[in-house]
Amino acid sequence: MKKFFQLLLRNRLAAAGGVAICFVVILALITPLLPLQAPNVTNTANRFQPVFAEGHLLGTDHLGRDMLSRLLWGTRLSLAVGFSAAIFAAFFGAAIGIVAGYFGGRTDNVIMRGVDMLMAFPYILLALAIVAALGPGLVNALIAVAAVNVPFFARNIRGVTVGIAHKEFVDAARLAGLSDTRIILTEILPNVVPVIVIAMSTTIGWMILETAGLSFLGLGSQPPQADLGSMLGEARSALITNPHTSVVPGVMILIIVMGINLLGDGVRDALDPRLRSGALTRPMAATVVQRKGAVPAPHAGGVLTMTDLETQFHVGPRIYKAVNKVSLNVAPGECLGVIGESGSGKSVTALSVMGLVASPPGVIVGGSIRYKDEELIGARYTTLRRFRGDRVAYIFQDPLATLHPLYKVGDQLVEAIRVHHPVSRAEAWKRAVELLKQVRIPNAENRASTYPHEMSGGMRQRVGIAMALANDPDVIIADEPTTALDVTVQAQILSLLDDLRRERGLAIVFITHDFGVVGQLCDRVAVMYAGRIVEEGPTDAVLAAPAHPYTRRLIACVPELGEGRRRLEAIPGLPPAVDRLEPGCAFAARCTKKEAACVTREIELARAGPRAVRCLYPETDLSREAAE
Amino acid sequence: MTEVLKLQNLSKAFPVGKRLFGAPKGTVHAVQPLDLSVQQGETLGIVGESGCGKSTLARMLVGLIPPTTGSIEIDGKPLDNADPAVFGRRIQYVFQDPISSLNPRKTIRQVMEAPLKRLHGMDKAQRDRRISEIFDSVNLREEFMERYPHEFSGGQAQRIGIARALAAEAKILILDEPVSALDVSVQAQVLNLLADLKAKLGLTYLFISHDLAVVEAVSDRVAVLYFGSVVEVGKAEDIFRAPRHPYTRLLAESAPVVGRPLAAPEGRETELPDPLNPPQGCAFRARCPFAQGDCAAAPPPLAPPEGHRVACYHPLN
Repeated sequence: MKKFFQLLLRNRLAAAGGVAICFVVILALITPLLPLQAPNVTNTANRFQPVFAEGHLLGTDHLGRDMLSRLLWGTRLSLAVGFSAAIFAAFFGAAIGIVAGYFGGRTDNVIMRGVDMLMAFPYILLALAIVAALGPGLVNALIAVAAVNVPFFARNIRGVTVGIAHKEFVDAARLAGLSDTRIILTEILPNVVPVIVIAMSTTIGWMILETAGLSFLGLGSQPPQADLGSMLGEARSALITNPHTSVVPGVMILIIVMGINLLGDGVRDALDPRLRSGALTRPMAATVVQRKGAVPAPHAGGVLTMTDLETQFHVGPRIYKAVNKVSLNVAPGECLGVIGESGSGKSVTALSVMGLVASPPGVIVGGSIRYKDEELIGARYTTLRRFRGDRVAYIFQDPLATLHPLYKVGDQLVEAIRVHHPVSRAEAWKRAVELLKQVRIPNAENRASTYPHEMSGGMRQRVGIAMALANDPDVIIADEPTTALDVTVQAQILSLLDDLRRERGLAIVFITHDFGVVGQLCDRVAVMYAGRIVEEGPTDAVLAAPAHPYTRRLIACVPELGEGRRRLEAIPGLPPAVDRLEPGCAFAARCTKKEAACVTREIELARAGPRAVRCLYPETDLSREAAE
Repeated sequence: MTEVLKLQNLSKAFPVGKRLFGAPKGTVHAVQPLDLSVQQGETLGIVGESGCGKSTLARMLVGLIPPTTGSIEIDGKPLDNADPAVFGRRIQYVFQDPISSLNPRKTIRQVMEAPLKRLHGMDKAQRDRRISEIFDSVNLREEFMERYPHEFSGGQAQRIGIARALAAEAKILILDEPVSALDVSVQAQVLNLLADLKAKLGLTYLFISHDLAVVEAVSDRVAVLYFGSVVEVGKAEDIFRAPRHPYTRLLAESAPVVGRPLAAPEGRETELPDPLNPPQGCAFRARCPFAQGDCAAAPPPLAPPEGHRVACYHPLN
């Protein structure tokens, strides 16, 4: 709640609107206590007194009634009618929307078609028809305005409810024995309320305006009772001769509606979860670099070499050290596996290479990334852009999310080619079909003209790979490319990647959490934990004799097919949060071999031959192994 | 050994392209008529790839969707899914995504109280006692009770999900991919917890997963699903070591195993059959290296009636 007000007040316009509307509402509330003249007492001798006339601060109207008094009483009435109409509309609209969205099927169909029919009428015509049927009067105008706005709420709320009704917690509630009514009241409603509030805050102003409109036409409040609309209506005939009689209520309507709309927009922005997460601040084209200290010399050769890479997320006062001095390198034709659990920093490492970590909040604070002889950290955006997809390409986990749903896959490949190479469309299309053949998509000519949703998951990931290959890159960074796929499809994709790297001398950085995949595909493997590399070496050696206790226990807790029923070795506890890292080994808290020395100082990554480990008490003596 | 769960001729067909009036444009047979039984205290693993109907089967078993044909018997009595308060006490469900199965606007205590109140009609004091008992058994601290779901890690949230299922005191739990959203180190914690609870409370599990190694590690028997049908049922230690159905063998050979060289075990462009236009006869025929003329005639039945059963005219030895 406190956060909500902070967000709301940060929006200057919303705050101004809030102040204006609060002032008006307070004025309306204390109107009966103010020493005003009676609003309905006529005095024709005193008619059309100008503003600031003696005894009449805002003058008098055509019957000599005090404008100030009528304005305040009228505002009071207009606000009351507007708010009540909004509450009625929200209540009935939300009820209809929730019932339609929750029950779905035919109920939904019938209700929503009815709502559609209501919406098909112009609102003012509908309101006029309702008032004509019920007869003029303020209460009937209120009913009309509420009824006209019910469809808006019903449609909004129904959409949200459909999404919530299919969530698993609703199923869980049903299994806990809750009836439909209870599920609606305790599970659905609390999740819908913010949407109702947002819809109300943006429509109250509109409803006040509509009520004023009906009163203006003489269908709302009846003389002598004043509301803002009827004041305007009565002043219409004197618009030219005595403009103040229409300007005064007009300005009040303007203040109220503007105030409410500004405040409503602010409320919506503060409540809407999509806007709150910071999505409004669009990420920059490349990750921000704030490098302190010198550029380290590359620690090894290779087509892609990262040295002491440090990428952090700066969220408010917190600093998440997602990647903490990571050094990796990959040679042409080599496959490097990067393995780790969620939050270990493996994906952020991969995204840092081409400056794809979202900024804000991502910041690269140190290290060096070299593609051949070119330094990529701090490189100009045009340089990065030239390399992206051309020399270094990515394959992501979910091809459905990375392919554009509205373009044919062939067109997306053509675009990827033509960004980097000035070739004709026809030529690029030919190349696209060729690429689809290379990733073994059957019937490639026809498949190029299909949309992503028409393909299976395995076929889509092949398109993802084809796109990565489009410009014949030197390095492919594959971030869990098979995690979302079935095992039989995974086997197909892995063997495809393996063939490609052998045929083309591609360097592959393969990010995964699966030791089985690493064991089959990768030449070398690096194990990450809490943003650091804890072990590195040739895959066979690491899997056969892991040196870091974390690697050993991580391998042990993954069941392997063919070992039958058994109890698994679990690692108790959780990985540490990377914004509160203690000195020393991050795994110490979960390690059975922990000693005092483990948590007193930083532990270096000790290299011995091709292997390296960040542990004081490794499981395997690497220096002896290297000597043998 | 007694049969606690018995499915007979159970199937589910979904209409596709529904219209306001008149018949739908087509039907998808998510689950073909199948017979299965689960013994008291057993873990039956169900494996299959996406789209094979395993989640539809699970949701039918707990009454979340009504079956098109067939019957479900629990302890010899037919499952009546008219009243959620009745079947909720007999069979419970643990969801795949632990976070989305908890209402974001309810505290853990409110989540836990619902089944105790609605299914067992307990008063406040009884509920508090029972919740601390359950929390103790799934290794959750009681201070978690007043927190909201987003404050938990995946592993903790899944333990809360298990705790909620236990609160109903059902003897059968349907575990629908309970660990696939979790990291491997946490996955082992949850699997071991499930094994402990089963031993302590005498539960029966139906364990659904796409991960063959996990299913093999926790199950007594395993059923393999392909395109809505059971193609093979057998003991966990045998089924992947010596598969009899060509599809089971394909699955076992596709699973990445350290030390086994990488090779796609089948042609690289195969896809699942179109569910709107299912093939005649055996659904696996198009992908099967052993397919012969008779495979196209009719879907092969699951035989023999007991023991290691396989639905194939030309099973492997």
